[in-house]
Amino acid sequence: MKLEMLLNWYEQMWTIRLFEENAIGSYRKGLFGGSTHPCICQEAICVGAAAALESTDQVLATYRGHGHAIAKGMDVKTMMAELLCKETGCCGGRGGSMHLCDMEKDFWGTNAVVAAHIPIAGGVALANKLRKNNRVVVVFFGDGASCEGAFFETLNMATLWKVPLVFVCENNGFAISVRTEWAIPLQNIAQRADGFGLPGVTVDGQDPLKVYDAVTEAVARARRGDGPTLVECKTTRWERHSAISAGKYENEEEAMKWKRNDPIPRFETVLREQGATDGQLESCRQRAKQRNDEALEFAIQGEPPKPETVGDFVFA
Amino acid sequence: MFGKDGGHSPPLQQTMNERTLSMAEAINEAIRHEMRRDPNIVLLGQDIGAYGGTFGVYKGLFDEFGPDRVRDGPLCEAATTGFGVGLAISGMPAIVEIEFIDFITLASDALCNQAAKMRYFFGGQVRVPLVIRTPIVNRLGLGAQHSQSLEAWLMHVPGLRVLIPSNAADAKGLMLTAIRDGNPCVFIEHVRLYASKTSVPEADEPVPLGKLRVAREGKDATIATYCGMVKPSLDAAEKMAADGIDCEVLDLRCLSPLDREGLCASVRKTGRLVVAHEACKTGGAGAEIAQSALEGAFDYLQAPIQRVASKDLPIPTGKLQDVVFPSAVDVEAAVRRVME
Repeated sequence: MKLEMLLNWYEQMWTIRLFEENAIGSYRKGLFGGSTHPCICQEAICVGAAAALESTDQVLATYRGHGHAIAKGMDVKTMMAELLCKETGCCGGRGGSMHLCDMEKDFWGTNAVVAAHIPIAGGVALANKLRKNNRVVVVFFGDGASCEGAFFETLNMATLWKVPLVFVCENNGFAISVRTEWAIPLQNIAQRADGFGLPGVTVDGQDPLKVYDAVTEAVARARRGDGPTLVECKTTRWERHSAISAGKYENEEEAMKWKRNDPIPRFETVLREQGATDGQLESCRQRAKQRNDEALEFAIQGEPPKPETVGDFVFA
Repeated sequence: MFGKDGGHSPPLQQTMNERTLSMAEAINEAIRHEMRRDPNIVLLGQDIGAYGGTFGVYKGLFDEFGPDRVRDGPLCEAATTGFGVGLAISGMPAIVEIEFIDFITLASDALCNQAAKMRYFFGGQVRVPLVIRTPIVNRLGLGAQHSQSLEAWLMHVPGLRVLIPSNAADAKGLMLTAIRDGNPCVFIEHVRLYASKTSVPEADEPVPLGKLRVAREGKDATIATYCGMVKPSLDAAEKMAADGIDCEVLDLRCLSPLDREGLCASVRKTGRLVVAHEACKTGGAGAEIAQSALEGAFDYLQAPIQRVASKDLPIPTGKLQDVVFPSAVDVEAAVRRVME
């Protein structure tokens, strides 16, 4: 793979990281309420998976989906404005942090009910199949969602109908406070595929190249008409479930585990081995920072939606 | 099996040479018409293929449109409805059959949290042309999990339309409306009405959303009702006419949006209101209907509003179920109370 492309991945990872840091910072300053669910430490999955897609392929993700939106090409300005509930946000300030969407970029939105978007992704994939349009859908979800009925029902139906869908499970070890080993009697979530007749693979989610390879193969299979694949990416969550999470981990060491598993320094090592210079890495970080600084400024400058528009968009 | 109770046809005007259809045939005709018009429409559900649907509503559609568009699927209401949402936002209008309205619980997240809200929280970026077809299947002795009327739950969700016809003509017109509306619509049918026949126009005549039908004009008291209680209400009205009590019977047809203006206009005329439905009383649609009349026509009311509904109980099997459900006798008693 060309260094230029890998540097672009690196810049995207930083764009996601800094977006999430700005999101947490803005939340703590009171610039918006509700909560926000950062994907800090999970950036390699967003970037590696998105790189395996054509621009017209569709992505559906969860409330921890800012990174997927960025990797799919969404504008961080309208995203941050949406977090701040501004009229200039991607959803007109109605959705907020957990409901981002940009149909023009084929980012078909993030969802705030765990696993509920998985059958919807199946339906989008079914539409692709019926229209023979050669597009593939990737649906991201977590280890928690892999326990929900909607997930199992979709594994069954999507495999039965061989729809062009790729299931990407981001196993970060926790569903809020419930450890994966308390919830799932399997070593790997990918094993769930065995009972449904589709391939399941487990990869290191902290390495964007490993994610890219696995998703590329799954996408190719889906595009050939051979049906879905379940790709499990082992990863680590940021220190808390969301900005308002009340509970604590057993110890500080565990809460800070994400810093040891941070994919960004790891990927830097790979890039240096490939010949990247300090200057190149620094300019990637700087561009990511500038984009996010501008995004935050854009969001702050925006106006909230007008009260008289509160009933817009209920019905078509 | 369900054809015996054909006496439920409402007294819609019928002239010579007009063709009649059963409600099942009328719904079938509307869907067939729309599927011919729009090749993107897809049907999802269980037993909907060659079998033709649990109650036969889809007879012949599989043969005409094939397995891609009439997709018989596994038993999984949650994913089936979720797939329907996915098709809908992709620009392929989906019609999902939930075999009994009691099972809407299994589809409720896809319907209430997803379909109803998605256009809103995505700031208008998607359209959700989704129709959920589901029948009330009561008074057949199928017991507590197959006999409920859950329309009030659905009325309580902003972003959903709730259509609930009582006869074949309205069923056809409302199905055309539901499909063309391009928004999530729950289309509630009734097993005892499937076989009832009325004159149904061959023409393409959608019924406007949120407009009630005056099933019987009258001046003394209004009976506001819908679906399975329209016929018993008309029967009660005819019986009381002999005693000089002239009831107006409103078939609401659409619970969301509710025709509050049409309701209040009738109450202003008669000054008395009885609300009748087969769902249980507490938290039922009747509460919303009665309150709407209070808000819009309080000064005209000459008596407290009466509600006729099922008892607030799980529904038993066997003869015992008759104790739970309301009848024409209960409607008559309620009208006589408001006339006192």
